[in-house]
Amino acid sequence: MSARDEIFASIRRSLAVGPVDAPRRDAVAARLAQAPVGIVPRRGQGEAAERLATFRSEAERVQTTVAEVAAAAAVPAKIAGYLRENNLPATLRFGDDNRLADMPWGATALEIARGPSEGDDLNAVSAAFAAVAETGTLALVSGPDNPTTLNFLPDNHFVVLFAEDLVADMESVFAKLRLACGSGALPRTVNFITGPSRSADIEQTLLLGAHGPRRLHVMVVKGRS
Amino acid sequence: MSVASTTPRFKDNVHDALNDQRLQGALPHARNFIGRRADAAARLPEFDALRDSARAIKDHTLAHLDLYLEAYERKVVEAGGHVHYARDSDEAVAIILGVCKARDARVVTKGKSMVSEEIGLNAALEREGIVAVETDLGEYVIQLRGEAPSHIIAPAIHVTRDDIEADFRRLHRDLPPDRDLSRPEQLLGEARAILRDRFLSADVGLTGANFLVAETGTSIIVTNEGNGDLTQTLPKVHIVLASLEKITPTLNDVAQILRVLGRSATGQDMSVYTTLSTGPRRAGDPDGPEEYHVVLLDNGRSATLGGPFAEMLRCIRCGACMNHCPVYHAVGGHAYGWVYPGPMGAVLTPLLIGVAEGGQLPNASTFCGRCEAVCPMRIPLPKLMRRWREREFERRLSPPLARAGLRLWAFFAKRPALYRLAVEPTMRALGLIGRRRGRFAWLPLAGGWTRGRDFAAPQGATFQSRWRAKSGAVK
Amino acid sequence: MSESQAAKTQLRVGLFVTCLVDLFRPSVGFAAVKLLEDAGCKVVVPAQTCCGQPAFNSGDRADAQAIARRTIDAFAGCDYVVAPSGSCAGMLAKHYPELFADEPDMAIKAAAFSAKCYELTSFLVDKLGVTSVAARFSGVAAYHDSCSGLRELGVHDQPRKLLASVEGLRLVELDEADVCCGFGGAFAVKYGELSDAIVARKSDKIVATGADTLLAGDLGCLMNMAGKLQRTGKPVKARHVAEVLAGMTDAPAIGEPAEGEAK
Repeated sequence: MSARDEIFASIRRSLAVGPVDAPRRDAVAARLAQAPVGIVPRRGQGEAAERLATFRSEAERVQTTVAEVAAAAAVPAKIAGYLRENNLPATLRFGDDNRLADMPWGATALEIARGPSEGDDLNAVSAAFAAVAETGTLALVSGPDNPTTLNFLPDNHFVVLFAEDLVADMESVFAKLRLACGSGALPRTVNFITGPSRSADIEQTLLLGAHGPRRLHVMVVKGRS
Repeated sequence: MSVASTTPRFKDNVHDALNDQRLQGALPHARNFIGRRADAAARLPEFDALRDSARAIKDHTLAHLDLYLEAYERKVVEAGGHVHYARDSDEAVAIILGVCKARDARVVTKGKSMVSEEIGLNAALEREGIVAVETDLGEYVIQLRGEAPSHIIAPAIHVTRDDIEADFRRLHRDLPPDRDLSRPEQLLGEARAILRDRFLSADVGLTGANFLVAETGTSIIVTNEGNGDLTQTLPKVHIVLASLEKITPTLNDVAQILRVLGRSATGQDMSVYTTLSTGPRRAGDPDGPEEYHVVLLDNGRSATLGGPFAEMLRCIRCGACMNHCPVYHAVGGHAYGWVYPGPMGAVLTPLLIGVAEGGQLPNASTFCGRCEAVCPMRIPLPKLMRRWREREFERRLSPPLARAGLRLWAFFAKRPALYRLAVEPTMRALGLIGRRRGRFAWLPLAGGWTRGRDFAAPQGATFQSRWRAKSGAVK
Repeated sequence: MSESQAAKTQLRVGLFVTCLVDLFRPSVGFAAVKLLEDAGCKVVVPAQTCCGQPAFNSGDRADAQAIARRTIDAFAGCDYVVAPSGSCAGMLAKHYPELFADEPDMAIKAAAFSAKCYELTSFLVDKLGVTSVAARFSGVAAYHDSCSGLRELGVHDQPRKLLASVEGLRLVELDEADVCCGFGGAFAVKYGELSDAIVARKSDKIVATGADTLLAGDLGCLMNMAGKLQRTGKPVKARHVAEVLAGMTDAPAIGEPAEGEAK
């Protein structure tokens, strides 16, 4: 008997069930197919404006900074301005996401690099798949558009969030993922990010920038890109 | 063979811990979580209802664990991953070593994993000449010190800032000795730089999992530092090590439990990084591992299902119980002597290493009930500890003198007339002896009490004898 | 209302005096009787020994069941069973049904019994609607919430409400009032060093309030805390909350000698 066989046998023995039990199988199949939603807090709900206000309030609670821009085209200048104001080098890396690539980077003096990070980048920008108002959380998805390494290796992480992608709760993000990827399938990585990296392991002192980014700056694009 | 314990010498561990001034100075930090959890819970009106929802999901899952496991495995394989089954610690270690050796791995970075402590993974890797690097800051600190975690969420909670500086100076020898490390940010900066190199050069990354999702074949880790993510994204191989009960049916079910996990653990509504991993990198992905392996550990879980301790399998390893426990506050996590401390450790340890070896822990509780009051999964921890005491009583594992004393008390308690005959003269005598001082500085058989406390003398005649005298007859 | 009518509506309350009160501090029992009688109850004291908690908590289920059976039978004729202890009341009200989970007939009997069991201050306030007592006590007191009473029975506001009506008494809040004092029954002896460390912290918190009196609803907790305070030479005196509420504080405080005796 393989380890797998023994473990399954042990589970079934403990539960006093057999391997062929239609009601049980039906119950499991039903739950997997329907993925019932449980209790969703009121906190993230509401119309777009209310959701945005909640998102900002929750994100700022965890040291994310949030700026609103009228259009996607304003993003490069906003980023350049932020870097200047914080005395940071004018360098920036991003992936293949067209929504980012189509922005007017040439109008800034930013030195742009493309593709995944190898660890030497100070600043990177990603476009979020979605965001959760309830907790001020960003959802980012792996792939050539927004490489996962950009979420973790650079010191400063900029995230462009299109306002129509800001949903109330995590369940709504899962629904979006189901639509995008098909039922029961996900990309290699989905990151739900709530604030800059932190640790409290040194005498419970809260410190930002443990291994991931020290700064997380979200730019919410209000108009359509 | 799971990693060895010192649990049988719990009382000695307690003594050592109480006399360890450095430890006593660091322990108060565990109390910080109390206020934070309370604030987070207060800020979410649906919190208590979510605890019930989370509990129901887990109970349903455990009752159908075989079927959800099958579904989970199918999905992992569909996504291009491998699923391995380990009956016990040795098998889990062998599987992980096999994966590492197949890739000629020299360096393994690790995200925080209590299960890896349970199976003694780091020592096993080192024995095979593979360097295991803990990347969670707290785990890194204790790895430098050669210590085990003392808390399941904050593994280095027992270590002071001074300790960390001393260890960094001692072990980061390539750095200038006159560098300033007086502030925590500087210590963090140094760790970040050193571990960054390790992340980038690791051959294999090993993480635990907070959830294994059957709907999509996904493993989920919940962290604050980002180390788990760097561990699982940069190397060519990602190994997930998790015990069976981490299986959760759907992503929506995960969302329920997530809402009580962070709040119960650290008072955070969401941890910084909640990461879903499904299989290896896809064609066209610019980053991510080439191989994805999930090692599922049984080590006693399947035998616990459907039994008297099954409720313990609902545990989501948040640490709230130990954060609120007066015993944990007094002595810290190492005193418990094995991998899992606090109230959850008191119930889980006998399950995993046997009640003969782990039986001290469920006895070392006042049943104050604070753990149960804050457990997000509504695990009746005191009741389960009492159940262990029943097992020990049946197997005569309790110390003979204590057992005899309690049997004697029960003998009299069942016989009211004899009881009165016995206690009346005893209390009058003790009352007389103790009248002058009102209390005793020492009593036979009560050394555990009187070493540090006085013991009040009785008032003399008992209540019932006085009542009878007053009102004529007892009904 | 005529005397016979009053007798008909008068509640017949069985006092579960608890073994610690019975053996060590009968004054608490008499205070409980006075409070119940003042509230209009007829108090009876059936012959009793123990609630069975020591056996229950040490894993001796059989003895716990045997003791429980006797207790249930002893109080059969009572409308309510009231104990000046959250720990014993918790055993009676919450754990008796659990003890007989495997015996359906006994479980029903136990459930019916448990439904009429109360901790003293909770009975007075929640059941009888008592809002004040006519006692005086001059002093500054800190109140400790015993764990079972608090977490199993929800005893928290009731004693404070009644204490607020005691003339001359100033109640100060105790930091970590809801944290265990380290008694835990046999735990205090079995794990004496650990228990001692926990009560040492409790003792520091008590002293920090500046109170001259410590009050609680459980004699075991009180003896534990008083024992530590006294061994470390602290001047805080411990009494059971029932004694203060009943205005019966002539007896020496817990562990204190009578007036005129050498200390």
